[in-house]
Amino acid sequence: MKMIKAIIRPERLDFVKKKLEDQGINGMTVMQVEGRGDQKGISLQYRGGAIQVDLIPKVQVEIVVRDSVTETVIQAIQEGAKTGKFGDGRIFILPVERSIKVRTGEEERDS
Amino acid sequence: MTLDTGTTAWLLASAALVMLMVPGVGFFYGGLVRRKNFISMVALSFIVLALVSLQWVLFGYSLSFGGDVGGFIGNLDFLGLAGIGMEAGDAGYPPLLFVVYQGMFAAITMAIVTSGFAERVKLSAFIIFALLWTTLVYDPLAHWAWGGGWASALGSLDFAGGTVVHISSGFAALAVAMVIGKRSGFGQYSLEPHNIPMTLLGAALLWFGWFGFNAGSALAANGLAANAFLVTNTSAAAGALAWLAASWYRGKPSSLGMISGAIAGLVAITPAAGYVNVGASIVIGAIAGLICYGAMLFRLKKGLDESLDAWAVHGMGGLWGAFATGIFATIAINGYSGLLEGNVSQFFANAAGALAAVIYAFAVTLILAVLVDKTLGLRVSEDEEYVGLDISQHGERV
Repeated sequence: MKMIKAIIRPERLDFVKKKLEDQGINGMTVMQVEGRGDQKGISLQYRGGAIQVDLIPKVQVEIVVRDSVTETVIQAIQEGAKTGKFGDGRIFILPVERSIKVRTGEEERDS
Repeated sequence: MTLDTGTTAWLLASAALVMLMVPGVGFFYGGLVRRKNFISMVALSFIVLALVSLQWVLFGYSLSFGGDVGGFIGNLDFLGLAGIGMEAGDAGYPPLLFVVYQGMFAAITMAIVTSGFAERVKLSAFIIFALLWTTLVYDPLAHWAWGGGWASALGSLDFAGGTVVHISSGFAALAVAMVIGKRSGFGQYSLEPHNIPMTLLGAALLWFGWFGFNAGSALAANGLAANAFLVTNTSAAAGALAWLAASWYRGKPSSLGMISGAIAGLVAITPAAGYVNVGASIVIGAIAGLICYGAMLFRLKKGLDESLDAWAVHGMGGLWGAFATGIFATIAINGYSGLLEGNVSQFFANAAGALAAVIYAFAVTLILAVLVDKTLGLRVSEDEEYVGLDISQHGERV
């Protein structure tokens, strides 16, 4: 199983959720985070100089899925989150050792 | 006439009550925007309060209440408040008190207009716009209705500013929104209010301050002030429940809808408060709640980003209030009859005053907004809008 951790623009979250639902993926955990990428935030120019807005609000979406659908989910997130401008975010894929449902104790498996 | 201490005390308190409405608008609007623009929204109201307060004592008061020039505007006799003193005049209170009381009305009117600028205005351009607007739109309209201009000569009734304050600011906000354009993302993803309790608190300040606004407009501590106080509260109550019921019918009864209905009721009773009885105020408030709710739905359906609904609530509520005054005015309250008592001409006088204000406020605002937009640019850059006006315009965070 894989954990997909996507850091995206807050205003794209609804689009990403929609794309994931289209693929039958409903479960997720969403966190409000702040961060920056290669551009180190956004630089605003003024007559008196520049203001660097260092950390930009983002949301982090975490989803655990079977290996077989990983590529589909990555694609769905990208389609939902992309605007084509700097700051669209990143998607990380992590291995998951085990996944247990609290209510039933049932262990989910790839096969 | 000697100074009437009761009246003077009440007007001093009323001026302070109306002052509190200005940041009240700021907090009401501030809760409705996204968190990244909260400071900006509240700051705009305070900036307006400071800016208009100075404009008013320097020349605004004179343009509104100076000697009549062609029924359109006041002359410059009272420039810098020349000749306005502390001694009670004919009215029983010091003329200086009238100046500060009326100045608060000018300030709140401009504060209401900030609805159309929400989350995208460049602060420097806004300051220039606000100065032009209060001078060229508010001051003439105040003169028409209260300073001896053509609307008062025609007999159009506006007790506390339904036309001068609410029609003018509501239709101005609509014109501003059309010039400045939609917020980025409007219609694509939800631009949700970030803090509803803040908006409810802002509304509490408005409801409270409105007693100074309407009951203070009796310009005396007397029975007429008491009537205005009572009908103001009653109309707000009817408006709140009407909007609540209408939105319940369509889904959840939101607190935001309820409080918008209360404001709609307060707006609509404003021109009528000194002319109608308590029975009429229930009808005026309830219908205001429904009209303003409908206007908001219409605005959304048209995809207009008049972001915080000053047009729907103040513009349309004010228009209804002006008509309602012409309909429900009763001779028993203040010596004026409306349509229901067979006085058709009162209805037409009020309709004329209101429609002229709609056209004047909308057209002149449109011209001023285009002018400022072409020269200074009304709007912030895309990046500045994205990070929010709190950081980009003020360098601060909530």
